[in-house]
Amino acid sequence: MAVRSKQRWAALAGGVTVLALALTGCSGGGSSSGSGGEKTITWLVDNAENTVTAAEKVAEEFTAANPGIKVDIETRPQGGDGDNIVKTRLSTGDMADVFNYNTGSLLQQINPEQNLQPITNESYLSNVADSFKPVVTSSGQIYGVPFSTGMAGAVLYNKKVYEKLGLSVPKTWNEFMANSRKIKDAGIAPIIQSYQTTWTSQLFVLGDFANVMTADPNFASDYTANKAKYATNPAAVKGFEHLEEAAKAGFFNDDFASTTYQQAQDKLVNGEGAQYPILSFALNNIKVTHPDKLNDLGLFPLPGDDAAKNKLTVWMPGGTYIPKSTKNLEEAKKFQAFIASKAGCDAQTSAVGAAGPYLVKDCELPSDVAAAVKDMLPFFEDPAKNSPALEFLSPVKGPALEQITVEVGSGIRSGKDGAALYDEDVKKQAKQLNLPGWN
Amino acid sequence: MTLNTAPTPSAVRHLAPAAHTKRRKGSSPYPYWFYLPAAVIYTALFLVPTFASFFFSFTRWNLTEFTFIGLDNFVQFFQEPALLKGLTNTFIYGLVTSSLKVVLGMLLAVLLTSRIIARGYLRSVIFFPVLLSSIGVGIVFTVLMDPRNGMINEALATVGLKGPAWLTDPAWALLSVALVDVWKGVGLATVIYIAGIVSIPQEYFEAAKMDGATSIKSFFNITLPLARPATATVIILSLIGGLRSFDLIWAMTKGGPGFTSDVIASVIYKQYQAGFYGLSTAGNVVLFLIVTAIILPLSTFLNRKEVEQ
Repeated sequence: MAVRSKQRWAALAGGVTVLALALTGCSGGGSSSGSGGEKTITWLVDNAENTVTAAEKVAEEFTAANPGIKVDIETRPQGGDGDNIVKTRLSTGDMADVFNYNTGSLLQQINPEQNLQPITNESYLSNVADSFKPVVTSSGQIYGVPFSTGMAGAVLYNKKVYEKLGLSVPKTWNEFMANSRKIKDAGIAPIIQSYQTTWTSQLFVLGDFANVMTADPNFASDYTANKAKYATNPAAVKGFEHLEEAAKAGFFNDDFASTTYQQAQDKLVNGEGAQYPILSFALNNIKVTHPDKLNDLGLFPLPGDDAAKNKLTVWMPGGTYIPKSTKNLEEAKKFQAFIASKAGCDAQTSAVGAAGPYLVKDCELPSDVAAAVKDMLPFFEDPAKNSPALEFLSPVKGPALEQITVEVGSGIRSGKDGAALYDEDVKKQAKQLNLPGWN
Repeated sequence: MTLNTAPTPSAVRHLAPAAHTKRRKGSSPYPYWFYLPAAVIYTALFLVPTFASFFFSFTRWNLTEFTFIGLDNFVQFFQEPALLKGLTNTFIYGLVTSSLKVVLGMLLAVLLTSRIIARGYLRSVIFFPVLLSSIGVGIVFTVLMDPRNGMINEALATVGLKGPAWLTDPAWALLSVALVDVWKGVGLATVIYIAGIVSIPQEYFEAAKMDGATSIKSFFNITLPLARPATATVIILSLIGGLRSFDLIWAMTKGGPGFTSDVIASVIYKQYQAGFYGLSTAGNVVLFLIVTAIILPLSTFLNRKEVEQ
């Protein structure tokens, strides 16, 4: 009798513990309102070092200006894994109160009409530049405010290496290859590639887009309507072919397959590599990791065939959005208003510097911007000298481009085959979005 | 009065008197109500999701709403350019890991059932990697296999060999992951084989020794045939696991470089990541059918051979 009762108690205690654990697991994540009327909102950002640094400063300044509202920062990975987390959390209603994500075609993929809070009639939108509004609009409603600056997909280069070898900024592809040959002969890796961080492999194709638009101004609309393709359009296929050519010429660093994004930046500032095609927000990262070497770097657009029409491919900054599932809508809107204000820009500049122009009116760039940013600004200021990247002119973007460009850059697949493969890949995305002309 | 030698939860004690009266000779002493909790869990966690996924594989859905599109998802899945490579890689991976686990598992089991020092300690050491998290193992081996700074290539360099770029060379990526999978899983195969070998009656070995058989002869003529049930189990379990394998490959190469170490599971996962939920569900149905189509005939074949013995 005694034995049975003891084991009954043990079973009961075990059952209660399991039940309690299960219930704590069931309670979903969400913001908690603190004691004493203090509210806390959660903010999901990607885990790149400069994003987190900038986010922490913005959160700090926001709380200083709005005492009583704290901001808790959560991070997620970059690239495909991060997309996965954002899409899953939105689908399950478990998203933070505010979150950062891309603008343009990638915004369409997270179903804004269903998941995001429209802010079309909010007063703080009058602070946002008009050129930004189309990339956060869906079905006539605006959903986000710009976070961080505009940037370019171009080539960052080490000025010291160029000076030492007496090279000048290339304005055509042939000049770029000739420069690279001289750099290779001097024993320095001409072009840095970082395939361990797969998204960085896409720059040869995506950064070339301004040259595609120069040659074929209707490409974006034809592409969306399934009338133009990368493999068959002579201007568009060049991005893939250039990547293949540079790989075949042996211009990449020896360890390109295992180099990460951070390691590639280290190589560039240390002079082990001379040129790095990348998004210019890398400058923000370098400001944090190698501030003393930041001004050794310059920037030039990926060259096309025509020296006179050398345009820069520009990216709109990412956006900060509010999901419909938030329970702190008022505080979240105040936070968006703060980001879309001069105070918000200044907080970001003081944390990580500015690597391009802000898309918020009244925001100024400091006088000590990096040399590479100074190289970039004239292209931004003249609309004839830049083109938005394809993802801002067309909702069609396939998920496998980064793997395809890794294959082309590693010599596994030819440029033309890579372009054809990508054309196949985007079909899935177009069908998922139910675009006309693809079924 | 009742045969309650083991302590019973209160629910059973409540039912036992009723069962006592209904019990017929020869049938199970437990009423069918005993199946209920297990049946509920099995239905809710296995049957319902399986049939739901069969249904959703015919739709295009984004988790909240769906449109019925018939076999389009399957057509698109089979047109996936990475699929052929994924299928070949899946079969190569399954075969390599399964055969290595069978061979190495058997050899290790023979070693660990003979008289050697620290036998118990060695058995634990061999089994230990099975308990580790795949992601942890994947991350650690990715660092060890780094072509320039990794310990494996540095160790090979001290002996004068130049190690390949394990995870970034397209020719080696899949095999490197398969080798790590074998390192991690061979412990389980060994344990199953040990159980099989230990159950062989000692008289056979003594009789063979008296007839003058060498240890190799007795291995091939006694151990191997009599451990056949264990071999069948190891083959089936490791083949199923190998065909479905995902987490180790994802942690080490993410299907890279490019698509060269993609297997079906990672192809499906990438489609899920991109938000193509209907397409990836269709892919999972295809994977389920492929694994069933391979394992069912194989297991009937292996078990029939056993019975014939």
